[in-house]
Amino acid sequence: MLKAITTLLVFQLAGEILAQFAGLPLPGPVLGMALLMLALLGFGRTPDWLNETADVLLRHFSLLFVPASVGLMQYLSRIEAEWLPIVVTLIVSTVISIAASALTFVAVAKLVGAAPRDDERKAAP
Amino acid sequence: MNDLVNIWVYLASSPLLWLTVTLLVYGFGHWCMQKSGNNPAVNPVAIAAILIILLLQGSGTSYQTYFEGAQFVHFMLGPAIIALAVPLVRNLPKVRASLIPMIAALFVGASTAVISAVLTAVWLGATPAVTLSMAPKSVTTPIAMGISERIGGLPSLTAAMVVGTGVLGAIIVTPLLNLLRIRDWRARGFAVGTVSHGVGVARAFQVHEVAGVFAAMALCLNALITPIVVPVIVGLLKGMIG
Repeated sequence: MLKAITTLLVFQLAGEILAQFAGLPLPGPVLGMALLMLALLGFGRTPDWLNETADVLLRHFSLLFVPASVGLMQYLSRIEAEWLPIVVTLIVSTVISIAASALTFVAVAKLVGAAPRDDERKAAP
Repeated sequence: MNDLVNIWVYLASSPLLWLTVTLLVYGFGHWCMQKSGNNPAVNPVAIAAILIILLLQGSGTSYQTYFEGAQFVHFMLGPAIIALAVPLVRNLPKVRASLIPMIAALFVGASTAVISAVLTAVWLGATPAVTLSMAPKSVTTPIAMGISERIGGLPSLTAAMVVGTGVLGAIIVTPLLNLLRIRDWRARGFAVGTVSHGVGVARAFQVHEVAGVFAAMALCLNALITPIVVPVIVGLLKGMIG
């Protein structure tokens, strides 16, 4: 646990440093993730101690978005003034773009012969 | 009574109270989701955020005070994003085999998100500042705020729109893609990651690891292309935005 948390923080720090000094247009954590991926690929596998902690963190990934989501309260008055176009636009745009992205994925996968294997398919209802 | 006030004054000034409230309320939201049989409409982030906002407004607490406690939870986002590397490496053969569909879905999803947002907002008569603030809403917050500033939107309003898109997408994705009969976990995850960034990735991991991995890939790739896509599309639609 401690080893895994330390590893994650070291890579986050490396990512932040890289983002600051290389002037890359990506957030530090995303670069840190890429660095950890490269390290794990070099290592050849994901060690059990890291698997465990990563799985726990990601199982509760939603929790980590709560503080930022509560931040919505700061903008309520601004949203109130134009709430109708804002709410309708959010709904319409989210529905259309999720559908477009998923349909494109499926169509192109079929086209290039990358159909999902059994473990990549949701069980029929 | 005076004692109660004193306890409140003491607690309200320490990070412990709102940190604990965040965990408790999220725990309640998670419990509701499980009780509902994982009904996507019962989203723990939405439940927690709404209840906490009501609590803060009811008690006259500012977001700044709340965040002093909640920052410890917020901080863990960084390490959690680093931790995404682990399932990505575990599932690398799957990712590699789907490179072409991923790139296609990325470009279509990312540009549809911007075009549909701008067109709908303009059609409904939103002011140019609001329209521009909504354009980059599908990319992760720090990047979205940067884009918003560059194109003349309001970065803080953009941050709110990013949250809205995230939670909404996490709620909508399951019924929508069931309706479209898409059973491919890769496509389901990738779509919600492209449109609903981190909140979408979190939802995808709750449902299926393959969906989670593809959502995480989409989150990262979208961070690369949305900063390029938004200014181009906004430039093309400039006449409409006014």
